[in-house]
Amino acid sequence: MTASVTVPSAPVVVRAAPRRFGLVVLAAGAFVLLAAAGYVFPRWLTFLLTMAAGNGLVSLGIVALMRGGVVPFGQGMVFAAGGYTAALVYNKLGFTDALGLALFGGIAAVLVAAPFAPLLSRYRGIFFAMLTLALSMVTYGLLMKLDALGGSDGFNVGRPTLLGQKLPDDRVGYTLYLLTIFVATVAAVAMRIFFDSTRGLVTLAVRENELRVEYLGGSVRQAMAINFVVAAFCAGLGGALVVLSLGHIEPDFSFWTTSGEFVFVAILAGWQSVAAVFIASTVLEIVRSFSSAYFPNTWQLALGLFLLFVIRFLPRGIGSLWTKRRGH
Amino acid sequence: MSADISEAGPTLLHVDRVNKRFGAVVAAAEIMLIVYPGECVSLIGSNGAGKTTLVNMITGYLKPDDGRISFDGRDITALAPREITRLGVARSFQIPQLYGELTVLDNLLVANACHDQRLSFWQPAQRPEAIDRAERLLERFRLSEHRGRRVAELPGGVRKLLDIAMALTGAPKLLLLDEPTSGVSAEEKFPMMDTIMSALGHEAMTVLFVEHDMDIVERYASRVVAFYAGRVIADGAPDAALADDAVRRYVTGELLAQ
Repeated sequence: MTASVTVPSAPVVVRAAPRRFGLVVLAAGAFVLLAAAGYVFPRWLTFLLTMAAGNGLVSLGIVALMRGGVVPFGQGMVFAAGGYTAALVYNKLGFTDALGLALFGGIAAVLVAAPFAPLLSRYRGIFFAMLTLALSMVTYGLLMKLDALGGSDGFNVGRPTLLGQKLPDDRVGYTLYLLTIFVATVAAVAMRIFFDSTRGLVTLAVRENELRVEYLGGSVRQAMAINFVVAAFCAGLGGALVVLSLGHIEPDFSFWTTSGEFVFVAILAGWQSVAAVFIASTVLEIVRSFSSAYFPNTWQLALGLFLLFVIRFLPRGIGSLWTKRRGH
Repeated sequence: MSADISEAGPTLLHVDRVNKRFGAVVAAAEIMLIVYPGECVSLIGSNGAGKTTLVNMITGYLKPDDGRISFDGRDITALAPREITRLGVARSFQIPQLYGELTVLDNLLVANACHDQRLSFWQPAQRPEAIDRAERLLERFRLSEHRGRRVAELPGGVRKLLDIAMALTGAPKLLLLDEPTSGVSAEEKFPMMDTIMSALGHEAMTVLFVEHDMDIVERYASRVVAFYAGRVIADGAPDAALADDAVRRYVTGELLAQ
């Protein structure tokens, strides 16, 4: 896997600024639509979309890094940091608010990632990918051995509250679905604003020519380090929200296959559209669910074939379907 | 730190006994160079004479083995390219260093964003003031028609001009051009230099340019510094420098080297 994704045609789209109002309206519309749909969806589908949104947050962070030309293969580390923090804060401190726990998760992931950011900002390509993978596997090893954190079995998390309200049996799934898609929508809007900002544009420039960025007065390493921290925050949020819906956490959150799935979604989505990340994440969850139901032993095969198809026919990802010609 | 003062006024750039070796190769030997504001200095010399090495040392890409480089009265010898750029030294490259997958306008917006020392998560890259600034530069370099084109599709001459336009985004005090007309056809060289010089004419700028074409040097330089084997062999007005025996022998090849 190469860390930089080649772009065969059409200029990279850097979107105009005054679209922010439209962006917020679009995001609010999408949220309302999803919220309404979730109300009538069967429980299994609402749960699937909750997982897709939670996991999609991690891939959203990976897309932020991909725009700078690097692909992390160890986002499981920060995903687990967010998940374990939310679960521990709930169990040990008795703080049960789901939104607060999600923020705790994001902040904890930033604290875990920040010390490594200056080191990782020096590396590109396979070295960056392998270093992040190594960090996540060290985390996995520690989590497996730490009995205080449940060892290989992990531990359970109780039912959270939201804004002081207890969540009854029949509403807990839907409420956590609402919370997760709300956080995902806010994160997607914030990320779009970031991508279109001066810092976002310089990230695209770093991907193509680091030397020139330095000669124009920009700091490449600072840009890369900040992107890593931003990606960690997203992953921590995602980890916390997924844990709250699952009600359980285990070291597999930091296992390399988990990190691989996040990268899978990011590649499937491409790096131009934030909405595509959540669509790709939903596609993964659907393929996973149906493949494991109908082809229980070969669902990874279906996933692999699907990725091959996307790389062959949509090398810029799903997002290229609607961002390809814009701006011309 | 006080600026060096001479009869010609305060110096902008002072290269003081700078040395640089790459193994057995002497790329710079006791280089002394003082540049005053407003000068247009051409660095000439055969390949390997040390011109680009000097440009790379001034801009922080290479560190001298010893000696000192100061700009605007400040020692910049140990600074990184980014820090030197922020002090007002910009450069263009022999092979244009651009963002091929971005449009011409976005390349200038990158330059604009990098020049803002505090990059923002919030401030849009495509805000009207930044676009206006970029478009004014495009007009000066006669590149407006290419505004929305992907840079990788552009012809070499246009890429060269864009490379220089990007260097100008931060309104530098000193501009270093590394072979601005290399790779451009003979008939395009003068029009291109005319475009560059008229674009630069909008600002009081000091220019150092590396050049191999002596016709270009004669027409555009106010002063010539000639290099041979890492040493400065001549420094003066173009007529005098180009008539120098050492320059005719080792640079222009008009006298047989002995």
